[in-house]
This record gives sequence, C-alpha cells and structure tokens, in this order.
Amino acid sequence: MSLLTHPSVRTSGGILLFVALVALLGPLLSPNDYLTTNFDALLSPPSFGSARFFGTDDLGRDLFVRTMLGIRVTLLVAIVASLVSLVIGVAYGAIAGYVGGRVDAAMMRVVDTLYALPFIFFVILLMVAFERNFLLIFVAIGAVNWLDMARIVRGQTLSLREREFVAAARLIGVSPVRIVFRHIAPNLIGIVVVYVTLTIPQAILVESFLSFLGLGVQEPQTSLGALVDAGVNQMEGAPWTLLIPGGLLALVLMCFNFLGDGLRDVFDARHVS
Amino acid sequence: MSLLELENLSIRYGESTVVDDVSFVVSQGESVGLVGESGSGKSQTALAILGLSPRGARVSGNIRFAGKDLSRLSQREMDKLRARRIGIVFQDPSQALNPYLQIGRQLREIVTRHGLAVGKDAERTVMAMLELVGLPDTERQFRAYPHQLSGGMRQRVMLASALIAKPQLLIADEPTTALDVTVQAQILDLLETIRDNTALLLITHDLGIVAGHCERMLVLEKGRLVDAGATTALFASPGHAHTNTLLSAAPRIDRGEVRDPVHGKSLLGVEAATVSYEERGTSRLHAVIEVDLSLRVGETLAVVGESGSGKSSLVSAILGLVPMTSGRVVYAGTELDGPVERRPRAQARELQLVFQDPIGALNPQMRVQDLVGEPLAVHEVQLTSQQRLERVGEALEQVGLDTEFLERFPHELSGGQAQRVAIARALILRPKVLVCDEAVAALDGSVRRQVLSLLQKVQEETGLAIIFISHDLAVVRSISHRVLVMYMGRLVEVAANDALFRQPRHPYTRALIEAVPVPDPRVRPSRAPLQGEVPSLLDPPPGCVFHPRCVLATDVCRQAGPELRELGGSRVACHHAD
Repeated sequence: MSLLTHPSVRTSGGILLFVALVALLGPLLSPNDYLTTNFDALLSPPSFGSARFFGTDDLGRDLFVRTMLGIRVTLLVAIVASLVSLVIGVAYGAIAGYVGGRVDAAMMRVVDTLYALPFIFFVILLMVAFERNFLLIFVAIGAVNWLDMARIVRGQTLSLREREFVAAARLIGVSPVRIVFRHIAPNLIGIVVVYVTLTIPQAILVESFLSFLGLGVQEPQTSLGALVDAGVNQMEGAPWTLLIPGGLLALVLMCFNFLGDGLRDVFDARHVS
Repeated sequence: MSLLELENLSIRYGESTVVDDVSFVVSQGESVGLVGESGSGKSQTALAILGLSPRGARVSGNIRFAGKDLSRLSQREMDKLRARRIGIVFQDPSQALNPYLQIGRQLREIVTRHGLAVGKDAERTVMAMLELVGLPDTERQFRAYPHQLSGGMRQRVMLASALIAKPQLLIADEPTTALDVTVQAQILDLLETIRDNTALLLITHDLGIVAGHCERMLVLEKGRLVDAGATTALFASPGHAHTNTLLSAAPRIDRGEVRDPVHGKSLLGVEAATVSYEERGTSRLHAVIEVDLSLRVGETLAVVGESGSGKSSLVSAILGLVPMTSGRVVYAGTELDGPVERRPRAQARELQLVFQDPIGALNPQMRVQDLVGEPLAVHEVQLTSQQRLERVGEALEQVGLDTEFLERFPHELSGGQAQRVAIARALILRPKVLVCDEAVAALDGSVRRQVLSLLQKVQEETGLAIIFISHDLAVVRSISHRVLVMYMGRLVEVAANDALFRQPRHPYTRALIEAVPVPDPRVRPSRAPLQGEVPSLLDPPPGCVFHPRCVLATDVCRQAGPELRELGGSRVACHHAD
C-alpha cells in the first residue's frame, strides 16, 4: 500500500491537513481578531449571527480566531519537536549504537547529563540567558525530546547490529555509514514512528504546561493547551470555552496517532501484504 | 485395537487448505512416523488431534481417541485427556518450559494437578521420572531452571513431562531437529526404551529417523496423505511418486559417490587460529584453539562437529567478523588482519558467506533486487542502474529464480527461495571463496539437493573454493573433498572425504558418523554411540578434552592432550588412533 491509498493515512492525514488549512485561513474570513476585547459580550455562547462561531472568552475575545491561532502554535510545536527528536535522536542513537565501545559510552553520557538537568530549571536558565521569546519553547522542548529517542534507537540498534544481515553487509564491503542509514535505520521505522506519535502529544502537553507557568506562549498569544487551561476555569458557566479547544486537541492527537500507525504500515516492509 | 482414528480430517485457513481429507489410524503401542516437507501439514495435523489448532483454523472431520469423539468433548475434558492420556513433545524445548520455574516444580505441578500423587510422593514421582530420562544428579536438577540445562537435557525434561502421567499416546513433533546428531541419537534411544506401551506418533522430515524407529509411516504432501504402510514395505517399494522423491532426496552416509581430493594451489591458509571471548569477570572462553587449515582452488572443505565445537567462530574469525586472538590468515599471498572493514577491498569481493538462516541474513526492509544488487552498488559503481538490474537478473537466473522475484521482500519468500537469493547475492561479485555456515540446514530435502547441486555447478564452472560448515554428515559426505572435524575448538581429525568416512581414525569422528540415522529400515540403528554432552568451554577437562566421553580413554588421555599427527594420509589428534 502506498502513502496515498492507506486508509488511516488518508483519513487522518486529510483531517490534519484540513484543520491546518482552516487554522491558517480561517481567521481571514472572520471579521473579528484575536486581541480586541468586547466587554458587552463576555462569555457569550457560539452564534453565527455575529460570526462568533465558537463564542467568546471571559474577556470577550473571539474564541474562533483564538482557537485557530492556538492550533497553529500547537501544530508548530508538535512538528518541530518531533522533527528535532526524529533527526537528532535517530542519527545520534543509531551512530552510538552501531559504533559501540567508547564512542557509545561517551555519547550516551552526554545524553545522561542532559537528562539530569531539571527541565524547569533548564527553561528558566534559557529565559535568563536570552530574552523571553516564543522560540525558546521550541529550543526547550526540542532539547529534551530527542534524548528519549536517542536512547530507544540506540538500544534497538545494539540488537540490530548483531543480526546476520548486518554481518552480511559488512562482508560485502558496505561502508559503516551506509550500513547505519541503509540497513539499520529502515529497520527502526516501526519503533521510531510509534515513538514519534507518542512524542507529539507529549510535546503538546509540555507546551501547555509551560504556558500555564507563564514560561511558554504569552497572552495575548495562545495555544490549544493554554485555551484548555483557561476553559477549565469557565467550565460551569461557559462549557464551550473548554469543549471546543479540548475537542480539537483530542482530534489532533488522535489523528497523529492513527497517522503514525498508518505510516508504520506503509514504511515497514513486513507489514505490507 | 485402534487408539487414535482420524477420519477425513481437513483444516482450512480462509481459502487455503492446509490439511486435506486425511484419514489414518494409530493402534495401541505402535510407532507411526508422519513425514513430509515443510508446509505439508504435519504439525497442523498434530495440533488438530490435540485440539490446539490456532485461531482462524476451520477443522472438519472426525478425530476419535480410544473410541471417544474428541470434537464432542468439553474444554475441561479435553484438558484432562491431553494431560493424562496424550503426551506431547515439541521441537523447541526452550519454548515449552517456563523460564521462571524450577523444572522440578513444573513437573510436580503436572503430577499434583492431575491427582497422580501428592506431597512428598509427587516429588518422588518426579525424581524417578527425571532419573528415567537420564538426567544426571536428579536432586540438583530438580531445582534447576530451564536456562541452566542444555538443549538435550531440556528435551529430556520435556519427555519426562509428556510421559509422567503414563499416556497412551505420545505425539512428538520434530523432537530432535534442534539437537546435535549425537544428542539426537540419545533422545531417540530414550524414546525407544521408556516408551513402554505408549503409542508414538513421530512427526519428522528425517527419513532416517523413521526408518530406524517407526513400524509404520504416513507420507503427507501439500496436506494430502499420499502414501501409508509398513516402513520396510514403503522403503522397498514406495506407493507414491512423492515418497520416492523424498527417499531419493535423503542423503545417505553409508553409500553413494564421494568426491576425490583436489590437487591445486592453496588459496586460503589459516595458521594457529585462536579465538577467545572474554566472559564476565576474568575467565576466558576459548572457542577456537590453534586451528590450521588450507583451502585449495576448486575445493570443498567441510567443517563438522557438535554445536559448541567452534565451527562458526572459526569462520567468523577468518572473515574478520570477530577478532582473532592469535594466529594468521593468508589469502592469495597477502595476510588478512583486523576486522573486515580494515581489510583490503579485494576481500569483500572474493570472500563471501552464506548464513544458516536465510531470512535473518536478508535485510527485511529491502527488495530482492536491492539485496542482490547491493554488492554491485558498492563495488561496481560505474554500472548504470539498467546494467545493474541485468546483472541481478542473471544472478537470480543462475540460482534458478526468475524476474518475478525482483520486487519481493524477504518475508514474501519461502526458506528455499530466500536461501537462493542469499546465494545469488554472495555469488554476484564472482567470489573465489564461499563460506557456507549451515547453509542448507533449514531447507527441505529436495530444495537442499537443488542448492547443493547449484553450488557444485558454480564450483565446476568457476573454480570456487567452498568452506562448508555442517552438522549433517550425510550431506558433508556427498559434497566435500576434504573434511575437518572439530571438538571443543580443537581439530581432532583432518582427512580426505573417502578416508574419513571409510576409515574414521578418531573415536569422536567414528561416533559422529555412527550417530547419523540411515534412511534404510534394514540397517538397524546402533545404540547412541556417544553418551553425555559437550562439557563447558569455560571449564574444559584436563588432558584430551574428549576423554570423558571416549570409549578408548586411558590414563594418558587424562593427563596429556594429544598433538595432531600424520596417520595414513590423515591427521588425527588421539593417543590411541592407529
């Protein structure tokens, strides 16, 4: 099956693409913006008349536009975090695992050291060193996320290295670089895809946690996590402030999971029937 | 009186029929061999009898055991029947024992659960059974965990657990396939002696075992029962063409052509190769000790020995896959040193290896065309992809596969096809030396023959030199020019094929040859020629390492290890060889 015919890749990929498109273009269609407060319409429920499709929040800001904005941030965080963990983590882990010996020991001690840094302390350190900046979230999440991936990939590589097809490739004269990228990496796809699909929700949650502490996205900017956090406070009077961003968050997370399953089927030859 | 009756048994998975309308009877106390190639439905039949068919199987037909229709039994009654009246032994004993429980406890559970005995009595029953199946030092083994036992000992424990309830029928599914020939002979002996009045349904691909141990045989082909009858009668005049095919594909160790020695210049020489591994802590495990060999152009040199004899370590060191502790390898005048990556590029082109497990040796993520074409992509970069594809096509044709296989992945190949792909990949650079590490062990008889004659053909055309590692002496006899026998990492005998099989000089060689079952019911199987198992390499016996198992051993053997010496054209390491 190819990328375009696999049912769960098609469906979940399609939904994610649609959500991303709406998040990009939606705010242009709305007469409202994400900043303007309207004290005449605090916590007003969704209505189509005034083009407040998702209602307003406790400051009277338009929730539709704010949610779209949140999706952008959330998707961006998810994609950047998974790319960082994918590229750095897989390359780092595969090299450490395949080369082995002292190189492996040294490389993994670096990972251990980074692990040992308390995450919040690390973020605060970044804040002090640099200006408080939106980009810092990516740096912080990226710096932490690839560590798990590197460990997992290294472990898997250690066992793949002992497999006979690697010995066969060595005997043919295949270079170590080519062995890592042509023979080992493709066999990691199953576990890597599964792990990336776990990384994405984790990154999204970390982002909303940071935002909650005031270390992440700053008001009036927002993310799905920040919106859900705000919505929890209004849950009783204005359930839409929780249900809409929360529902979208769940949809996005679920789509990423199904996408991951599908991608594994497509890329892993053993699942092709 | 008939004990087990199968009537029109069919098993289907979706559209495919794996067992098709099979009927047969097993009478009380008799031994019946069920033979066929892989995929012929042997194991499926056994599982159906036990009511253990995997999910998704549709089983039809009647199975009656001692007059009872098994399909009418409830799950509970079936459990009881399985435990008390039908015993089972599978191929892989390590899968069938719980790694977290002492074997004594596992056996005691069977005894108490089915009310055969309780308390101290149960323990005594288990001890007696363990002793019966030949476990040394039963007191201690009772508390042993499965991983502390060798494969042969585990299979003895499995036999004990199958027979402890004194069942009326024992089903043994390839019970000795995973074991060395010497241990196989011990287990088969044991099966004969302790079976008593239990009927035996022995599933095997090895006609030698059937010939020696079964009164009747049933031949399955693609799920259909094509032949049945008394073993002696079927061997003398097969009732079906397939039986004939199986019989003629079974190599015989006691007759047939052997190849004369090759006289040519030496291509590959190994001097005093030693391979040791660091074990946890300070002890060193010597897998190969001071082994010399020389390989001539166009020659097939077989390396034989039980598992743990160092065969694979030796060739891995020659090829540079594991480091050699001392000794040297000279190939075509140049010394090969260090790991394969640091050796001259020529090695990669001219020395190739075919592994035992073809599927494992092929990257599961690559298609056949990329697998076979990879050596070209590495060594002949000037080729266009079109030219490369042509060469891949030729290589596949050489091994008897056509172009429809180009797009397949390894898991879409049968074992025989995968092994041929692996051979095509090894041969595409036209190497001068090919090492086959148990390359045909996993293949069915007829496929094995094809692969062997393919290798022989390539050898005749190109002068390929082959190092052929095998535990199957019948195969070794049919294809090798010279044979090298190893025991515990040491050379014990080196001889020309004819000399080795006609007049083995070392008692170990003699025992190995005698242990091979002969596919001829007129040749009565000798008692297992070798008792015990290979001692631990970490703690080798003093003097001659073979002395604890040797029939000729005397005081001198316990004190001094014999040197390899010339004896009538062979070289033998034994104080008593003459």
